[in-house]
Amino acid sequence: MAVMTYSQALNEALREEMRADPRVFVMGEDIGLYGGVFRVTQGLLAEFGPERVRDTPISEAAFIGMGVGAAMAGMRPVVELMFMDFALVAADQIVNQAAKLRYMSGGQVSVPIVIRAQQGGGRGNGAQHSQSFESWLAQVPGLKVVAPATPKDAKGLLKSAIRDGNPVIFIEHKLLYNTKGEVPEGELTIPIGKAEIKRPGRDITIVSFSRTLLFALEAAERLAQDGIEAEVVDLRTIEPLDMQTILESVRGTARLLIVQESHSNCGIGAEIIARVYEQAPEALVAPARRLGARHAPIPVAEALENAVLPQTTDIVRAVEEMF
Amino acid sequence: MPLAPERLPEAYRQMLIIRKFEETIRDLYQQGRIRGSFHPCVGQEATAVGGCWPLRRDDAMSCTYRGHGHALAKGLSPRAAMAEMLGKATGCCKGKGGSMHFTDIQNGVLVANAIVAAGLPHAAGFALAAQMQGSDRIALAFFGDGAVNQGVFHETMNLAVVWNLPLVLVCENNLYSEMTPYKETTSVHALRERAASYGMRAVGVDGNDVEQMYAAVEEAAARARQGEGPTFIEAMTYRLWGHMMGDPEVYRTREEVAQARENEPIVRLRRRLLALGHTAAELDRLEAEAAAVIDDALQFAESSPVPRPEEAFTDILI
Repeated sequence: MAVMTYSQALNEALREEMRADPRVFVMGEDIGLYGGVFRVTQGLLAEFGPERVRDTPISEAAFIGMGVGAAMAGMRPVVELMFMDFALVAADQIVNQAAKLRYMSGGQVSVPIVIRAQQGGGRGNGAQHSQSFESWLAQVPGLKVVAPATPKDAKGLLKSAIRDGNPVIFIEHKLLYNTKGEVPEGELTIPIGKAEIKRPGRDITIVSFSRTLLFALEAAERLAQDGIEAEVVDLRTIEPLDMQTILESVRGTARLLIVQESHSNCGIGAEIIARVYEQAPEALVAPARRLGARHAPIPVAEALENAVLPQTTDIVRAVEEMF
Repeated sequence: MPLAPERLPEAYRQMLIIRKFEETIRDLYQQGRIRGSFHPCVGQEATAVGGCWPLRRDDAMSCTYRGHGHALAKGLSPRAAMAEMLGKATGCCKGKGGSMHFTDIQNGVLVANAIVAAGLPHAAGFALAAQMQGSDRIALAFFGDGAVNQGVFHETMNLAVVWNLPLVLVCENNLYSEMTPYKETTSVHALRERAASYGMRAVGVDGNDVEQMYAAVEEAAARARQGEGPTFIEAMTYRLWGHMMGDPEVYRTREEVAQARENEPIVRLRRRLLALGHTAAELDRLEAEAAAVIDDALQFAESSPVPRPEEAFTDILI
């Protein structure tokens, strides 16, 4: 086991896949010479050269669209959106194009593109640099949506995403890049579509992913001191959703809380709760709950941002209210 | 290299296949047998044939919702095209794409696009892949005058030059961006001037003359293949029918359309072939052949099965 940061784990995944497969190349803003705003692509230019590590202009629609075209032509582009918020500039190419070309062509083409983007708040980046879009994107048939929380999952899922034959939205979080964790040496892939129980417990299931997973684990630690044993399920993949793992956990704990950083309204938490009630209505002894961003743009001042985004204390309080 | 005169009869036949395909679709549409949209390319057959014929089968072509002619000229079978229009399982996209998304990857027809200018980066991405793969394949994108005001058009123009992509960009200027005269909404009226600000080679061509069209694309394709980068071609043409079925065409006069009919590509090519010594009987025979191809396509489509409902849930992911 090596201990490394989330950024380093992603960097290793890119490096390994680029070494193994000449079809893999990366494109994005400031990813070559500069090494990426969050250092994920550091050193790739030196190793692989400017053909395969392409600095693009600030033209998200064109370079994602070109990634789509290159993917249809047999390449494996990994395209970086510096901030998830910028996905909206390229929304046509993601939603109308990448997600639909295979279907509209009757299966004649495939679009094996990975769109990496970091999302989320907590850093005072404001309303246009702090949003979380996994719930929106999960609504689009034809996309897979992945959001790892740990360095190990980040590496293993990125490698799986690059090898996947479909468009994969690979969601990172700006405040996870410097978090550290153990990553097994050697070949590592984590399957897309599989959640993982990050902490076993018998009293309540807390489902989360990305940065709020760390909050959920912290909350579980505090709750344990009060005698509540929370089971923390890390979704890891938002679409396709691993309902089996969620249902098994809920059948064991009989209580369910979803924690997401994206807006609660019409979000993935609501979807999971609906599916649990549809698929296992007998499983719960208390109403399921969800925690997410409250219905406001993400503000800059810390006191304001913390009021909008779910915090560890909010999780502890919500769980306590459910007993 | 120009289009060899001995290939002109075949070009005439191909243009007539496109014309008769569209006429048949109009009839079917009026009978209520076609679902959704239909954006006819009647009057624009020369840009399709002259634009696609210089390409190799393994070159890519991306086109738009007014793309039946492009796809047929690049090699899509009329049977698969007609079956797609009728929503049959044997359609080129199994009934999932319809009129606006004809695809034939074996013949280099990338998925036709219903979002204006969205296909440009796909062609550019294909060209980028060809460049990275060390192949001499190239890509061509067709788009209309309306596309030159879309952001992704400009973004793609810039990157195509920055990366010296083997790409041919064909702007079919048919004077109307949907239902609005393009001059009312576009800051420059010679659209090829837009290329200058990107440092891209640009040419203007009479898009209703299949020989001129062929020559311009052939030269651009050869340059692209030799690593000399992208070319913007503005092909002047005219859409003889409305933007779509049911367009009341209030934005133009009957006189204007009647005048355009004098100059439409099939009439012009017929005049040219007669001048070259071909007989009217010979040309009528070619027309009958084209009609037979479309009759056969229609029979094939009509006798094909509809897709099973379960098919709606396949081809979403690999």
